[in-house]
Amino acid sequence: MISTMRGQTAQRRSLWRRLRRGEGLVAMLFISPWIIGFLWFQFYPIIGSIYYSLTEYNIMQAPIFIGLANYVNLFQNDDLFVKALTNTAIYTVFSVPLDLAVAFFFALLLNLGIPGRAFFRTAFYFPAVIPSVAVAILWTMLFNAQGGLVNVALGLFGINPIPWLTSPDWAMPSLILLSAWGIGPVVVIFLAGLQDVPRVLYEAAQIDGAGPLSLVRHVTIPMISPVILFNLVIGMIQALQIFAQPYILFGGGGSGANANAGGPLNSVLMYSVQLYQVAFQQFQMGYAAAMAWILFAIIFVLSLTSMRLSNRFVHYE
Amino acid sequence: MTQVADQSAVQAQALQARWAAARRRSRLLERGGRVLAFVVVVFFAGLFIFPVIWMIITSLKTTPEVFRIPTVWWPSQLMWSNYPDALKVFPFWRYLSNTLQIAVPVTIGTTVSSSLVAYGFSRLRWKGRDIVFYLVLATLMIPQWVTLVPLYILFNNLGWVNTYRPLVVPSFFGDPFSIFLLRQFFLRQPQELVDAGRVDGASHLRVFAQIVIPLARPALAVVALFQFIYTWTDFFNPLIYLSNPDKYTLQLGLFNFFGQHFVDWPGFMAASLVVLSPIVILFFLTQKTFIEGITFTGLRG
Repeated sequence: MISTMRGQTAQRRSLWRRLRRGEGLVAMLFISPWIIGFLWFQFYPIIGSIYYSLTEYNIMQAPIFIGLANYVNLFQNDDLFVKALTNTAIYTVFSVPLDLAVAFFFALLLNLGIPGRAFFRTAFYFPAVIPSVAVAILWTMLFNAQGGLVNVALGLFGINPIPWLTSPDWAMPSLILLSAWGIGPVVVIFLAGLQDVPRVLYEAAQIDGAGPLSLVRHVTIPMISPVILFNLVIGMIQALQIFAQPYILFGGGGSGANANAGGPLNSVLMYSVQLYQVAFQQFQMGYAAAMAWILFAIIFVLSLTSMRLSNRFVHYE
Repeated sequence: MTQVADQSAVQAQALQARWAAARRRSRLLERGGRVLAFVVVVFFAGLFIFPVIWMIITSLKTTPEVFRIPTVWWPSQLMWSNYPDALKVFPFWRYLSNTLQIAVPVTIGTTVSSSLVAYGFSRLRWKGRDIVFYLVLATLMIPQWVTLVPLYILFNNLGWVNTYRPLVVPSFFGDPFSIFLLRQFFLRQPQELVDAGRVDGASHLRVFAQIVIPLARPALAVVALFQFIYTWTDFFNPLIYLSNPDKYTLQLGLFNFFGQHFVDWPGFMAASLVVLSPIVILFFLTQKTFIEGITFTGLRG
């Protein structure tokens, strides 16, 4: 007993000495804000979240330990959870590739040496600076079935008015279309990537008779594949957690008394919106924590898989 | 022998001709392509900007004009009074003051704490530094949803719900993304600067405050700008933690205004424009810093 204690003090003393000798001690002081913050706002909540996910807890009464029941219930008895999971998957599968393709297209255009490039870059970036509440309010108006600007524009091509936000068939396409309005950062990142591609490569390929399309296909895309991967992973992570826009678009005003944050017939009930409702409207904190862990698992697995798969497609210099 | 030389000369000539043709063709294509690209870019840029212009036009309409068919492209009379009217129901100045009470300390807290931490991860040599730094980066992977419930319960038990503390206090403990950005920037400064200061007997805190920080102004500007805009536009955290309407931020107040009052589109547009204009003006003033910051995160992230 005493010897282990003495061992511990010796160990502690040598740790102390090691810290003093290098810059370890000073470094600990410099990074101490992060250490405290990590323990307080990350580590403790993560452990707590695992625990709460195994309990039934409504804040008013003490948590009751129920084992894995929350997880079992989610998959077996919760139609809204399954609905939210499906909707979020659909949204991600459509919005992420659409946004990446459109952003890549814009970046390619801007990279052709057209006059006023900085101006247009700002024009494409601009919508992304607008706070999501204002974006959602604006688009609630633009998507209005009767006299909304989107339908007015489509009407010029003879297309009949579409009930964008009020029909269960069109609510999801509306949300996906809206996501394309915020691609500014992706355009900027693509454009910076394009500017790093050496001109020599294009010239060499042109001499070999490559046309514009095959230049993009065989030079540009391989050269900026790391940037594509980055945007893909970030885009997926963000899409899976989308909250503010559907919440305000469908649960805010405009739609009046029958506002439902899940949209018409819950056709755009997003995972995060459902999580929020479970936690802060129904106060099922344990159940919400379980939902959060499932979301984390999905994000983790997807990010890891895309990194793994990317080894085959992504070209690093 | 001469035949071979001739042949290679012919080959070289042919190659040159092919090269010139390719050049010409590509230049023609490039010029034509550039004109086409310009037209397409103008079209799409217009498409991206027009909703905001429409927002401004709508804010000056009367309510019946908003969805009238045929569309009212320009109101017969500009209703400037929509703005003061909207601000009567939407207490802009109070929300603005609330928002600043959060955004200013958050910006200061993040910048100061993150730069201290970044110094520890870049300019000091200690065992396990890089491993711990990976841990910092790994925390970026954790969605806020995972920590949300325990944090809410914790802040609730501390009696912090419905105060600004849950929104402000965490920022004083370093933000992983800002730490990363500043560390990369500090690493680009020559180590000799730090060493010279140390030889002269300056403490690390002095080296940090008097040598490293003044040289890192551009990076600090990016961190502060991002944090300020992020906090200003944040909707989610105020929604979770603030329930008293007197404490609402601009975003939360705007959401509330949109949800509670009768449908008044010109008023909604006016209030939205008032809420978004400071951030848009800030964006235009700091555009270069902003775009550089975005680029930096994308390419070296």
